[in-house]
Amino acid sequence: MIEFKNVSFAYEEGAKNVLSDIDLEIKKGECVAVLGHNGCGKSTLAKLMNGILIPTAGDVFVNGLSTRDEERLFDIRRAAGMVFQNSDNQIVSSIVEEDVAFACENLGMESAEIRKRVDEALSAVDMLEYRTHAPHLLSGGQKQRVAIAGVLAMEPQALILDEPTAMLDPRGRREVLDTVLGLNREKGMTVVLITHHMDEAALCSRVVVMHEGRIALTGTPKEVFSQVEKMRELSLDVPQTVKLLYELDSSLDLTALSVKECADQIEKYLRG
Amino acid sequence: MTNITLGQYLPGTSPLHRMDPRTKLCSLFIFIIALFMAKGPASYGLCVLFTAFAAILSQVKLKLILRSLRAIIFIVLFTAALNLLYTPGEEIFKVWIFTVTREGARIACAMAVRIILLVAQSSLLTFTTSPMSLTDGLETLLSPLKKIKVPVHEFAMMMTIALRFIPTLSDETNKITSAQKARGADLESGGLIKRAKALIPILVPLFVSSFRRADELATAMECRLYRGGEGRTRLHELKYGKVDAAGYAITVIVSAGVIVLARVFGL
Repeated sequence: MIEFKNVSFAYEEGAKNVLSDIDLEIKKGECVAVLGHNGCGKSTLAKLMNGILIPTAGDVFVNGLSTRDEERLFDIRRAAGMVFQNSDNQIVSSIVEEDVAFACENLGMESAEIRKRVDEALSAVDMLEYRTHAPHLLSGGQKQRVAIAGVLAMEPQALILDEPTAMLDPRGRREVLDTVLGLNREKGMTVVLITHHMDEAALCSRVVVMHEGRIALTGTPKEVFSQVEKMRELSLDVPQTVKLLYELDSSLDLTALSVKECADQIEKYLRG
Repeated sequence: MTNITLGQYLPGTSPLHRMDPRTKLCSLFIFIIALFMAKGPASYGLCVLFTAFAAILSQVKLKLILRSLRAIIFIVLFTAALNLLYTPGEEIFKVWIFTVTREGARIACAMAVRIILLVAQSSLLTFTTSPMSLTDGLETLLSPLKKIKVPVHEFAMMMTIALRFIPTLSDETNKITSAQKARGADLESGGLIKRAKALIPILVPLFVSSFRRADELATAMECRLYRGGEGRTRLHELKYGKVDAAGYAITVIVSAGVIVLARVFGL
């Protein structure tokens, strides 16, 4: 679906590379978390995925189309929808449903088809009842869900989310995460979730850890988070469940990501 | 400030609310022409009746309409006074250097009625039309100008976005004001110049963040396939209905009546 081939990127010619030698393939239907510190290049990685930025070296392919091909940029952006951190700065209209319709309007669809897509997108994020509201009166989580609906309305194959929960309270985070993970599970939407929350990454099917513009680790959440020492080297945290087991006895099986798995491990450990 | 109302739109279901924004804009335009052609008591009377009819039809409370007129009361009085005192003609009475003439009194009354009706009708338009549909209406009405390269769509888009960001920026202004106050900024005391200067530490961060917002919004719009007005459709296509036919008919008949009364009969 999205493929990075030996990609490097620098914002200015001659400047230090923000990303170096990235090779990454995101398959259809996958739910990939990209994890890393501020400034590790994870937002840049996201922006390369739908041609907002063009690699300095190497190529990015979306559905086999290179993002260098300006003629096809429209198709690329339609296939890979992007949601940003600040929902306030991506909502265009002062009525929820008109904002969700924005992408369809740009595609020049018939009014009836737009109506259908808007209703579908709003139901998918569970915001249908708010369709005539003004966005500035909604909560942060609701606004971010409207932003997601705005992207869903163009029926993309992949959803790229650049720290969609960074500005939200815990409740808003929960709402947005449930929505995104639900889309992946129920509709088979390919999801790329850029985040710095370990517990969000733990919910995805694959984790890519970025460090200083390179991919430091990649694998399933269990594979990645059980490498506690390696994660510490990258000065990243691991989920609390893994941390607890590690502090208890570092030779334990550190793949517990849920509280129940963690409790089972401790029970086993205590029984000897 | 979060429940700030945009413009002065009052949601409702009256015939005036249901009318297409284009009908309302065109009708207002036709009415203004008629109003400026009016001459005597009969033609002005008809204009007043038409405005009263529209006001009743809109179901907007009289109090609200009067409130919107309060803002212009000074202009009305000023214009009336000037016309009253400086129009030469048949003298009615004289106080010190001021002479009040018959013609002056007539013109003063006419001007006052004109301004009041103009503002009342415009307020009725904004009371019954949401800013969004007003923008849509303007864009459609002005779209012939695209042929002579007037960027109509771009202006309409700018208006839409500006309306969208008014509450956001007003929230932000409040936050910045609080932040600067917390650092000891004194915004409330001193003379006009001192207070104006105190606004600088609020305006600078506000501008910086607006530019950042604009940049992010532009990226987000590109991601959602925006490429200008060409080939764009709308969720709510503007459609004329029965109420619009009635609206146009009444406006044209009344305006024609006013013009005939004024210009043919001189009433």
